[in-house]
Amino acid sequence: MNMRATNMGTAGAAGGNLLEVNDLRVTYPTRTNVVHALRGVSFLLGRERLGIVGESGSGKSQTGRAIMGLTAPRAEVTARRLEFDGIDLFAASPRQRRKLRGKRIAMILQDPKYSLDPVMTIGRQILETLRTHEKVSKAEARERVLDMLAAVQIRDPKRVYGLHPHEVSGGMGQRAMIAMMLVAGPELLIADEPTSALDVTVQLEVLGILDQLVAERGMGLIFISHDLRLVSTFCDRVIVMYAGKVVEELKASELSQAKHPYTQGLLNCMPKIGSDRHPLPVLARKAEWAA
Amino acid sequence: MTAALYVEGLEVVFNLFRALKGVSVTVEPGESFGLVGESGSGKSTLLRAIAGLASVASGSIVVNGKTLGRRRDRDFYRQVQMVFQDPYGSLHPRQTVDRLLQEPLAIHSIGDSENRIRRALDEVGLGNGFRFRYSHQLSGGQRQRVAIARALILEPSILLLDEPTSALDASVQAEVLNLLEQVRRDRKLTFLMVSHDLAVINHMCERLMVMQNGDAVEQLAASDLASGRVGQDYTRRLLKASEGFARGRQSPSERNFPELKIKSITKQQGEHDETRPGPGRIERPSA
Amino acid sequence: MSAVEQPTMSRRGWLLSERPASRWQASLGRAYATWRRFLANRLGVFGLFIIIVLLSIAAFADQLATYSPVAGDLKNARLLPPSAQHWLGTDDLGRDIYSRIIYGSRLTLVVVMLVAVIAAPVGLLVGTVAGYAGGWTDSVLMRVTDIFLAFPKLILALSFVAALGPGIENAVLAIAITAWPPYARIARAETLTVRSSDYIKVVQQMGASPFRIVLRHIMPMCNSSLIVRVTLDMAGIILTAAGLGFVGLGAQPPLPEWGAMIASGRRFILDQWWVAAMPGMAILIVSLGFNLLGEGLRDALDPRSSDQ
Repeated sequence: MNMRATNMGTAGAAGGNLLEVNDLRVTYPTRTNVVHALRGVSFLLGRERLGIVGESGSGKSQTGRAIMGLTAPRAEVTARRLEFDGIDLFAASPRQRRKLRGKRIAMILQDPKYSLDPVMTIGRQILETLRTHEKVSKAEARERVLDMLAAVQIRDPKRVYGLHPHEVSGGMGQRAMIAMMLVAGPELLIADEPTSALDVTVQLEVLGILDQLVAERGMGLIFISHDLRLVSTFCDRVIVMYAGKVVEELKASELSQAKHPYTQGLLNCMPKIGSDRHPLPVLARKAEWAA
Repeated sequence: MTAALYVEGLEVVFNLFRALKGVSVTVEPGESFGLVGESGSGKSTLLRAIAGLASVASGSIVVNGKTLGRRRDRDFYRQVQMVFQDPYGSLHPRQTVDRLLQEPLAIHSIGDSENRIRRALDEVGLGNGFRFRYSHQLSGGQRQRVAIARALILEPSILLLDEPTSALDASVQAEVLNLLEQVRRDRKLTFLMVSHDLAVINHMCERLMVMQNGDAVEQLAASDLASGRVGQDYTRRLLKASEGFARGRQSPSERNFPELKIKSITKQQGEHDETRPGPGRIERPSA
Repeated sequence: MSAVEQPTMSRRGWLLSERPASRWQASLGRAYATWRRFLANRLGVFGLFIIIVLLSIAAFADQLATYSPVAGDLKNARLLPPSAQHWLGTDDLGRDIYSRIIYGSRLTLVVVMLVAVIAAPVGLLVGTVAGYAGGWTDSVLMRVTDIFLAFPKLILALSFVAALGPGIENAVLAIAITAWPPYARIARAETLTVRSSDYIKVVQQMGASPFRIVLRHIMPMCNSSLIVRVTLDMAGIILTAAGLGFVGLGAQPPLPEWGAMIASGRRFILDQWWVAAMPGMAILIVSLGFNLLGEGLRDALDPRSSDQ
């Protein structure tokens, strides 16, 4: 695996594509009509950090879930191509898909409170995750879990191993969540607002850990967030979504030169320390963006 | 001139957990004052204690020269109104906008509701077309506008704002912030605003107080913050964090590990009583 | 056809308008949306149909009954099997069972309605006050509720009727006394979840009195689960009333109460089965109707589905 190449933060897919998404569509039938959650999303992902930004309802979370295969059963998911490392995800059987999930593709959700099992200790949960994906002895698995907890910079892994999710703070919970998701050594990590429930200072610590692990292991990362500022400073490349479509794709470093009025509007409407703009410019939505 | 709001040595205790450890603030009439801090800093608790929603253990609160007792009187509620964080939770799900706006008028036996409601809706840019909708027929931004209209309909002089935009999208946030500035100018209101977002506070307020663990860290002017004239390390850290992620700085090897946080039981209960001021946005499926 | 459909379509549009122009239109629209959700549940609609049939039978009993419900022909018509003259047969006093069931529907409806009208508001009041006030008020009110809940319903009703004296009015009272505690529990549980929500904090912060908050803001949130529960309980109320009638403590002869009718038929259950079976069928169908209606209402009124 050519992890070094991606570490340099080269935009684009160095060393082949890990994931190819072409014309991904998700529709939800309702009683009266159909809701188009995704209307043809396409992108390529190498071993890099890709940010997906958008407002609520833009379809950014739907994209992550569709790749994971976690879309609600009543929804209809189609794509011209949805391939992970050469495996056609649509052709894969549910069993294969399940095996991929967790083992090679992992997902971190917004609030650890809802994604960790409240009645199981943190260590147990990570251990179970590891043992469902790999045949390892209990002792060895425990060793690896403790290593993993240490890797997410939990200072006293042995102590945290035996704690229940409600006994730790939000930042610690999210680190445990990251440890659980990374313990099986996935190649693609989808992080859906992984730090939005955390305080700003904790948020940056968690992101730092995530950043380091992604770099060390040469993973591909899809970072889904509403926070343009955070995404632009954290990722290599950014996809901006609006109304179920990708409106713009650009290098994170070139965000300030965004072409699409929606991206520009999003950037402008945020208050910034030091710039005195009263009133703030507001985003004037145009119907043709959603066309 | 008497201060619009004068808080001295305020302490709030939830089940033995000191959520607020003797905080003092003075807000002048017509001023916009910000409270910044992370979850558990006590910023929302301070707001709630002033509003009468959290019981005060010790300390005093003076509003427009009048010291508040344990029970707030009617007069207080006409002077001080509050806007809550979550516009999805602060509107009664079974009431139309009309009913929601009628309620404060009915409680204070104010007549002329027809005109007042119409004016209030116009003021927040909603217009009469929204008057008979239920809250589930409104977007997040529209809901927050209704909440602002409801707070303004009693014509208060002080508005307490508890993270008014943290549940909203960035573009909607800008609209709501502009609206708040507009009404403050028009009505010469005094704002006391809580947010976790330093940039929002900096934009909206002339002065601000940084809080941590129920204590005041420092008070400073917004212009000082903008130019980086900051006294405390904690404030500096918040300021840095608000700029986003910086790759070199976070390199874990160079950085001190944060304290391992294992919450005690009392701490947890304290946190329950405080609203979660975390920046967690609430994702709703679009209708 | 299309000419007929045009105005209904626009009326529907008016009802479901996203921008209602008046209070009246808003509440009508909401009711209409609930009605449409209710219609989606076929069994619920079937339940409603049964109840409507029951209501019309009670209303037109005079026209529908073929004989007097109380006076029988002792000489010629004792214990006749179902036939063209007596559709559901006759009982041991020569009374036409069909006519008695028709008139009995009135009694059943009166019992059910009275119990609901007495018990539901009491339960709602006790539950919301206990839940909102908390502390001592809550403890006292809920312990009283627990005392009532500790006894089996029928036994408690029996002892009340035994103390008050037999008769349909006392039976209603006794059933109402035993029926309110579950409603108080439901209302309290609902109140506890609503009490800490922001929208209640907002009205507190506007200076509303506790009385006003409970009455105008909390009770409306409890209504739908209570309506569902009361509807589902109606079958139970009918059965309790029938049970009281069966042991002779409910409606007194010659009133055509369904439970009492079964009781009088039990002596002939093997040879003249219809005497007991026909009122039994009536109870079964009506209970089923109320149950299905309750299920349908649960789907339609569930606040979680309506707030989407």
